[in-house]
Amino acid sequence: MNIEVTSSTESQKCYQKMIDVKTLVNDFVVRFANTNGTGSASANNMFAKAILRMGIPVSAKNIFPSNIQGMPTWYEVRVSEKNYLGRRGGKSEMVVAMNAQSIDADVNSVMAGGYFLYDSSKNLPDRLIREDINYLGIPISNICLKEYSDPRQRQLFKNVIYVGALAASLNMDFTVLKGLVRDQFKGKEKLITPNIYALELGYQYANKHFMCPLAIQVQGRDLAKNRIMVDGNTASGLGAVYGGATVVGWYPITPSTSVIEKFASYCNRLRIDPASGKKNYAIVQVEDELAAIGVAIGAGWNGARAFTATSGPGVSLMTEFLGLAYFTEIPMVLINVQRAGPSTGMPTRTQQSDILSCAYASHGDTKQILLFPANPTECFEMGAQAFDIADQCQTPVIIMSDLDLGMNDHLTDEFVWQDSHAYQKGKILNREQLDELQAYGRYLDVDSDGICYRTVPGTHPEKGAYFNRGTSRDHYARYTEKPEHYVDNVDRLSQKFKTAVNYLPKPEINQDKKKAQIALLYFGTTSHPMNEAIDELNSQGITADTLRIKAFPFHYDIAAFIQAYKEVFVIEQNRDGQMKTLLVNELQLEPKKLISILNYDGLSMTSYQVVQGVLRHFAKKNSDKSINKKVG
Amino acid sequence: MSFIKSTFKHPRLPKNDLGLTYRDYEGALSTLCAGCGHDALTSAIVQACHELSIEPHKVAKISGIGCSSKAPNYFLSKAHGFNSVHGRMPSVATGANLANQELLYLTMSGDGDSASIGFGQFAHVVRRQLNMVYMVADNGVYGLTKGQLAATADKGVKNKAGDLSLFSDIDLCVMALQLGATFVARSFSGDKKQLVPLIKAAISHKGFAFIDIVSPCVTFNNHNGSTRSYDYVHDHITTGAVADFVPVKTEITSNAQEGDCEDVCLHDGSIMRIKKLNEDYNSHNASKAIMAIEQHKSQGEILTGLFYLEPTASDFHDINDTCDTALNKLEQEVLCPGNRVLSGINESFR
Repeated sequence: MNIEVTSSTESQKCYQKMIDVKTLVNDFVVRFANTNGTGSASANNMFAKAILRMGIPVSAKNIFPSNIQGMPTWYEVRVSEKNYLGRRGGKSEMVVAMNAQSIDADVNSVMAGGYFLYDSSKNLPDRLIREDINYLGIPISNICLKEYSDPRQRQLFKNVIYVGALAASLNMDFTVLKGLVRDQFKGKEKLITPNIYALELGYQYANKHFMCPLAIQVQGRDLAKNRIMVDGNTASGLGAVYGGATVVGWYPITPSTSVIEKFASYCNRLRIDPASGKKNYAIVQVEDELAAIGVAIGAGWNGARAFTATSGPGVSLMTEFLGLAYFTEIPMVLINVQRAGPSTGMPTRTQQSDILSCAYASHGDTKQILLFPANPTECFEMGAQAFDIADQCQTPVIIMSDLDLGMNDHLTDEFVWQDSHAYQKGKILNREQLDELQAYGRYLDVDSDGICYRTVPGTHPEKGAYFNRGTSRDHYARYTEKPEHYVDNVDRLSQKFKTAVNYLPKPEINQDKKKAQIALLYFGTTSHPMNEAIDELNSQGITADTLRIKAFPFHYDIAAFIQAYKEVFVIEQNRDGQMKTLLVNELQLEPKKLISILNYDGLSMTSYQVVQGVLRHFAKKNSDKSINKKVG
Repeated sequence: MSFIKSTFKHPRLPKNDLGLTYRDYEGALSTLCAGCGHDALTSAIVQACHELSIEPHKVAKISGIGCSSKAPNYFLSKAHGFNSVHGRMPSVATGANLANQELLYLTMSGDGDSASIGFGQFAHVVRRQLNMVYMVADNGVYGLTKGQLAATADKGVKNKAGDLSLFSDIDLCVMALQLGATFVARSFSGDKKQLVPLIKAAISHKGFAFIDIVSPCVTFNNHNGSTRSYDYVHDHITTGAVADFVPVKTEITSNAQEGDCEDVCLHDGSIMRIKKLNEDYNSHNASKAIMAIEQHKSQGEILTGLFYLEPTASDFHDINDTCDTALNKLEQEVLCPGNRVLSGINESFR
């Protein structure tokens, strides 16, 4: 097996494995080309989950259009015994071509020596014939025409049939697939037999007509222990349930919609009062994102844990309210599932491009707390913890997820909740505490940490009430335009953000005692290709220390880490290097010290892009040196 | 604030059922212009709350931005207040109400706040049927930015600077009626006799209560040619029906008063007494109310009074089926399903 770099478009480049006769076990990519709205996603997901149940690490990426029916959509499943779960990019060992619209491109997306599985009910035109790949034809349309009379069934079972064919071709455990079907249709038992029948149709056709198993195949392992496969939005919604959220205002927007839908469905299961059958929560779909965050702020002011979820355009609409919540110090949580901007951008493609607009959301001197989950497990944990942080710091907390994390299934550590953990409500005065107070001042910095004591409406008949306002005020919440009062207040807010660091998750640092040759800094989903990239760099003789940012304002360890190196690579998915800008601005760094490695084509970052970013930088430096020498 | 309000209390001020005087319901000293209609409105709110023996700290005052929205600072200083963002009071009030249905939500807005920048929020909060009182102090003009015409200013009138109102005016009561508000009224800040009972009735109503209060701006909209000046309103006001509120414990003695009287029983057993002052008037029919408003307007009159009442309305929490405990009082053991449940959920992802 050789490694070479193919030259298609820049973003498509990657390490490719030329297949000779050698068998590839547990290390390949299957790319499904479908038409959206045909039910393919759930069949493809079943395929990925079957591989997980065989104990083999797997990742799945749904590359879909902003459309409901009829447009091309792709689903990429990467099987990797080495646990390389970032997008590999480039061409695939196996392409399942079920969409005539995209078939020209799909033929070309097969790696040389790979397989092209297609519907052979009609002959392939000559232009689609390549000499260097293997063709696996199944007359799926004809089979469905014969087996089913209902047009919808003819469509749906096509997907199940090719999954059956793949099972035979790739040497998958058929009992695992049958078990998955049974689990998937629990409660709708009538559907189990026809689905298993369709799997069998494909399985037997492949066994009879193909050389099963093919050179690419899976073998059962025990490498997926304690890991689950779930999308980040489900995890965030569940995290909010565990974090005690009771009030939600929201407005649908891709790719954040399923956060609220999942929250609602878990609430419907887990948050119904057993005695009365009534809801221990309230969700209201409102007229726009302004109202959505207004609801969360109103509820936060009134002492409930409240949140909303949105994406870029929604964040733009919410910024005035984010400024109000910052300035009036109201806790609330915003889950931002980022997508490719600006404007409508690419609504179904991923990016990390709201970092600056969220870190400094709203006019005036504002700063917001950001959390950067990297996987669904962290979406769950931070989804719950964000409510503690918001209460402790009395300010909005923005969870910076993205489309890749939120909408794709990821292999991730199973969720764990510490039953001993008590919600951290922060400095909130109850009636008894107010009784003991001489005088209450909402903005008195009693503990000199910038965080004052808050009260909730209705707590005490005589004490604790104040007029909450977005205007300047003194320690007792009275309107003031006195320069010293204003400055005192906004300086305290700065102090509060220094204190906030103590409540936030620390960065994850992997640092060699002797210091590696290079340092890589990343966050969120850019961490997915990093293990592969680091192995590849090591194989080229380059060692790397790493730091993963988990929160803003930045922990002191981040400054110390950057300090330790001459140069630090900052890896992110946006055009302008927004995290770099934030680091430079907040930590007073020399901009040249941070080297950006960027990907912003809307697809998730690959290890190839990371490695090339590093190599290119050194190549440029070397050539600069030689130029300088010549000039000198 | 640079002014200090006197804390002197007359020892013989009348006390309500809670032993509180009128002064216990006051707020900070107003910084609005002398003679501002909004100050008359806040004093009507103070009187209504005092007479109904509302516990001041069980009230939440929420407003947007503008002169009207400053007003909550000038009543009920023992209640929490929230002066939010321009036009967005309805969403903040929604969230607050969802979090705790036990408080009384007295919310204030203005014509700019509700009929322009926040028109969308206004429309949608009406649909949501929250149990709250939504008051608009309507003077047809932007006060804090010095006299620009508002969307409620009648088409064809001129502001103080002489600019003509070129476009159709918005009638918030008509909008509220169309969108399903279960209590809709209009009053005049200069007519406390009508306004106080209406506010009391709105407070007693379980559901969304909207009151548009014509509240003249003495500084920017009190000139000749304005249809929101004190003089104009005094001369052109006409009343369809007024409501009075009879608390549950009070014995109904006599209803022998001028005009027709109708007693409507509310959720808590108290009575709302509607006095019809106008023959063709029916406060149980929203489309007839809209017609009446339009008709009087075409005659150059401002129709006031109770336009519409649905006495057995449901509120948001009935519709949502929210638990009886306020959501902000639910404890962790109720909210957090715990790790045992979570391991079952993990299984669904394998």
